[in-house]
Amino acid sequence: MAVETRTTLPDELCEFILEWKHRPGNLIMILHRVQQHYKYLPEPVVDEVARLADLSLAQIYGVATFYNFFNLTPPGKHRIAVCMGTACYLKGAPALTEELSTTLKVGVNEVTEDKQFSLLEVRCVGCCGLAPAVLVDEDLYGKLTPEKVQEMLDNYQEGA
Amino acid sequence: MVRLKIDGRELETAQGNTILDAALEAGIDIPRLCAHPELTPSGGCRLCMVEVSGIQGMQTSCTLEARDGMEVVTVTEEIENHRKITLDGFISDHPLDCVTCDKAGACELQELAYRYDLKETSMHFELGRTLFQDDNPAFLRDHKYCILCGRCVRACSEVVGADALEYADRGFESHIATAFDRPMEESPCVFCGSCVEVCPTAALMTKSRLRKGREWELGKVRSVCTYCGVGCQMEYRTRQVLDAQGKSKTEIVSVNGFPEAPANGVFLCTKGRYGWDYIAKPDRLDMPLIRKDLAFELGITREAWELPGDSPLKVKDARDNFVPVSWDQALDVVADRLAKTVKENGPDSVGGLASARCSNEDNYTFQKLMRSEFGTNNVDHCARLCHASTVAGLAKAFGSGAMTNSIGEVRHADCIFITGSNTSEAHPVIGYEVTRALRKGASLIVVDPRRIPLARKATIHLQAKSGTDIWVFQGMMRVIRDEKLADEEFIKTRTEGFELFASGLEDVTVEEAARVAGVDAEDIRRAARIYAGGIRQEGVSKYGEGRGRSTILYSMGITQRSNGTELVLTLANLAMMCGMIGKESSGVNPLRGQGNVQGACDLGALPNVLPGYQAVTDDALRTTVEKKWGGATIPNKPGLTIVEMMRAAESGDIKAMFIMGENPMISDPNITHVEHSLRTLPFLVVADIFLTETAQLAHVVLPARAALEKVGTFTNTERRVQLSRQVVAAPGEAREDWRIVSEIGKRVAKILGHTDTRWDFRDSADVAEEISLVSPIYGGIVHERLPGDGLNWPCPDKNHPGTPILHVGQFKRGKGAFTPVTPKGPAEMPDEEYPFYLGTGRMLYHYHTGTMSRRTEVLHWKQPKAYVEIHEDDAAEMGIADGKPVVVESRRGSIRAAARVGTTVQRGMVFIPFHFREAAANLLTQDENLDPTAKIPELKVCAVKVTNPAAKKKVAVAS
Ligand code: SF4
Ligand code: SF4
Ligand code: SF4
Ligand code: FES
Ligand code: FES
Repeated sequence: MAVETRTTLPDELCEFILEWKHRPGNLIMILHRVQQHYKYLPEPVVDEVARLADLSLAQIYGVATFYNFFNLTPPGKHRIAVCMGTACYLKGAPALTEELSTTLKVGVNEVTEDKQFSLLEVRCVGCCGLAPAVLVDEDLYGKLTPEKVQEMLDNYQEGA
Repeated sequence: MVRLKIDGRELETAQGNTILDAALEAGIDIPRLCAHPELTPSGGCRLCMVEVSGIQGMQTSCTLEARDGMEVVTVTEEIENHRKITLDGFISDHPLDCVTCDKAGACELQELAYRYDLKETSMHFELGRTLFQDDNPAFLRDHKYCILCGRCVRACSEVVGADALEYADRGFESHIATAFDRPMEESPCVFCGSCVEVCPTAALMTKSRLRKGREWELGKVRSVCTYCGVGCQMEYRTRQVLDAQGKSKTEIVSVNGFPEAPANGVFLCTKGRYGWDYIAKPDRLDMPLIRKDLAFELGITREAWELPGDSPLKVKDARDNFVPVSWDQALDVVADRLAKTVKENGPDSVGGLASARCSNEDNYTFQKLMRSEFGTNNVDHCARLCHASTVAGLAKAFGSGAMTNSIGEVRHADCIFITGSNTSEAHPVIGYEVTRALRKGASLIVVDPRRIPLARKATIHLQAKSGTDIWVFQGMMRVIRDEKLADEEFIKTRTEGFELFASGLEDVTVEEAARVAGVDAEDIRRAARIYAGGIRQEGVSKYGEGRGRSTILYSMGITQRSNGTELVLTLANLAMMCGMIGKESSGVNPLRGQGNVQGACDLGALPNVLPGYQAVTDDALRTTVEKKWGGATIPNKPGLTIVEMMRAAESGDIKAMFIMGENPMISDPNITHVEHSLRTLPFLVVADIFLTETAQLAHVVLPARAALEKVGTFTNTERRVQLSRQVVAAPGEAREDWRIVSEIGKRVAKILGHTDTRWDFRDSADVAEEISLVSPIYGGIVHERLPGDGLNWPCPDKNHPGTPILHVGQFKRGKGAFTPVTPKGPAEMPDEEYPFYLGTGRMLYHYHTGTMSRRTEVLHWKQPKAYVEIHEDDAAEMGIADGKPVVVESRRGSIRAAARVGTTVQRGMVFIPFHFREAAANLLTQDENLDPTAKIPELKVCAVKVTNPAAKKKVAVAS
């Protein structure tokens, strides 16, 4: 189906949205695809998505704020995910979050001022043997201690 | 019926009801906070827990359907403990400041805390939600009072269909939000206040009500909204204040819905809920006024007057052209002049415009004055400009020109067919009914050149080019005939003329119809099948095998056309062909625009019929009425219609006019012409509540009362006659229109020597008594029967219960009549010079000529100025940006307004709402091409050119 209206979205996204427009469960699928494209859900893009798909903007917002998976603000360049599964929790994951948060001056689900890191807490990442575990992008750091946090971060510090 | 036992009592309840419903019916008050009788249950608050035999554990009674043989217990120690703990949770983060809270006395949380004797919480959480949003003049959002029951979210999406609110975030952060927590104004909110109405706490509060008194101190007056034909019932909350003279007077503080309201339940639209403050504006007329030149002539004063300026619209303070006089002075002049005109120039030299904004009593006395005193049928009103073709067309097909079903039946339809009606804006509460039906699985077919809000939710939107919808209808009927979808049985037993009509369908093929209308032939076929079968979204009828129920809703997009009557006949043909009429939730339903347009027609404010649609040409009927009017002589030929009267005024055939509550200077087509006609009149008298654009041209202006200031009956679009009560006192010396008319009648009768016509009505109930004697369809409708739901006419006698559905078993005229119709396009087509179609109509926030709605805070705030809807591609080609001015010009005039760029209109079309005098759409519309039967002008289609004043060179682009 052709796009009947002017839009600022790239063609591939438009096509995807129109393809899913009338299917059940479309909202999550469409948001997924949009986040894949932009790495987060930019506000003007969400407006456009709601318009093209005839979806309720408030509902999109509700879904996007309910699931941790969706971001409404641009994520940092690197994603730090502290595992909060039972094993990691018991082995000191909260202290890791605290350390990261002080070092980076950033709260959970927030992005550092220099936009380098986003700090997240996630459920079991499946490496309980290495608890406590932290994922930075795709890299796994097992048996991490607060003392080793700075060392880990240095691997990603620009120009460092 | 389902039988079950609750707390040991044997109860019966309707199939599909929940345990909570059944309990409440029996007066068992189960505590609850998230459930609301008008909303789907959500099971969120967990207060309504009960125990049910055979089911383990406690159950939420608001979500559990009642079944035969259930045994339910609503109170046990365990349940009560659970409720107490749950409530404790609710008040744990709630500011318990009931001592100053405006909601006190109406707050459901307070009520439950009292019931469970919870003085304080045992949990002490910090308040999670602290957001306080004061971003609009209608209501406040104070999240610290919010208990997250979600009623507001459900009301907004399930009923209103605006989808402005949703739960956002989660855990302690969880709150009710607009998208991106934007201000209400930037959300799709339509400011209907439905969320406020259902909110159990002070989280959502009407602003006008704050600090004006507690619930138990406020007065409550049940009345009727007169802003549109839905005729919602509402409750005015009032208080007593002292006026400047130290006298106590009643002041409105807010409008609430109430559950028993027949057409609307607790819901209202923005106009009804927030559009009442115009009544207290300082520029209300409170004294009769006489134009200075006439006053001078009459020697009322010797001062030298400055004569009126060139155009009344240019005069700064129009009141400077008038002098206030006493009622006697004013009425004497009016009676003298009108009587003199009749004596010197004959009865038909006088004309009158009654009003769809006035009550039945007002309209009845008005047409009685014109007919019995002046002896002319020159009486009409703006229904001419909206539904004259409905009255003509449906009377021909069925024998009665009104909605065949009631509003509440829309909700139960399987298929809703909407054409030429922007229902959610012009009749918002009927729009809610459509939204509810869709939610329950009904299908929706929209045929409209604009992508109106409901079109976005439609199963099929046939966006036929302006003026070509008739091809779509013909195409659909062709499909129904060819595919044998017609209801043979119905056609055979209930109708006549089918053969001739059906053979006419040969003339247009579906492909041709699709081509002319610019739509997909396959969509026409699908629409035909869905309508004919009454097929729901999921493909089946709610009523099992057989045909479902399809209902047609239409409005001015159909009627305001040069072939309006034929279009109405076409819809009647379509309905009869499929047997979709004369049963519940299935019929042909014209949505009447103004508050009392149905009543004004019913009471004979039309040139061809006496009250109750008794034709003036019918000798027997006419003489009966003449007798009841004390031997008056009513002419046996129809009088002039609005547009004809304007022409006659211009040519000098009409020398005096009486206009009651109408403003043709904004509402009528080709205003330049109207202005010229009215200015030519040797005598013009206007009764109104403000000095309208029309009143400014009058010789005498009489101050009238608004609906809120008088008692009267109004007939809504479903033929329901409802009693509107007086809420506040009228300003100054303003009087009811029927009283003004009767006073004139008395005086004229004396001058002309008509001694037997009755004008000494005691009150409006007295007028209604006379109506019941003169108009057979109102035979049983008198004021004392009306408190409550009102009565749907026909209601022939005082024991008759009224008639919500017309044509059951038999049409009013006997057999339904098919009429062959040849499709025809609009009279004025776009051409090289005027390449765009112009459509005109209403928008949600304003009413008619804006006299009232533009004087209210909320409505004016929301839509302060005129706009022109244009398609984004056309706009782009002309370099027109959203919000920037455009000039629209027709053969008759030109206006300038801000562009609203988007995809609501098609390419090659512009749409302008007609409420705004500074960019009056009716400067552009035409008054030449009248529908031959109904004499309605083609307000919906004319040709214009659109230019961008910012562009150096004029460019005009057609599609
Ligand atoms: S006022 Fe009406 S449209 Fe606005 S949020 Fe409330 S329910 Fe929705
Ligand atoms: S604002 Fe009112 S209706 Fe909406 S969730 Fe909060 S308490 Fe309930
Ligand atoms: S829908 Fe009509 S009658 Fe009801 S509140 Fe709105 S304007 Fe008034
Ligand atoms: S709990 Fe952290 S990896 Fe499983
Ligand atoms: S009323 Fe049933 S759960 Fe709230």
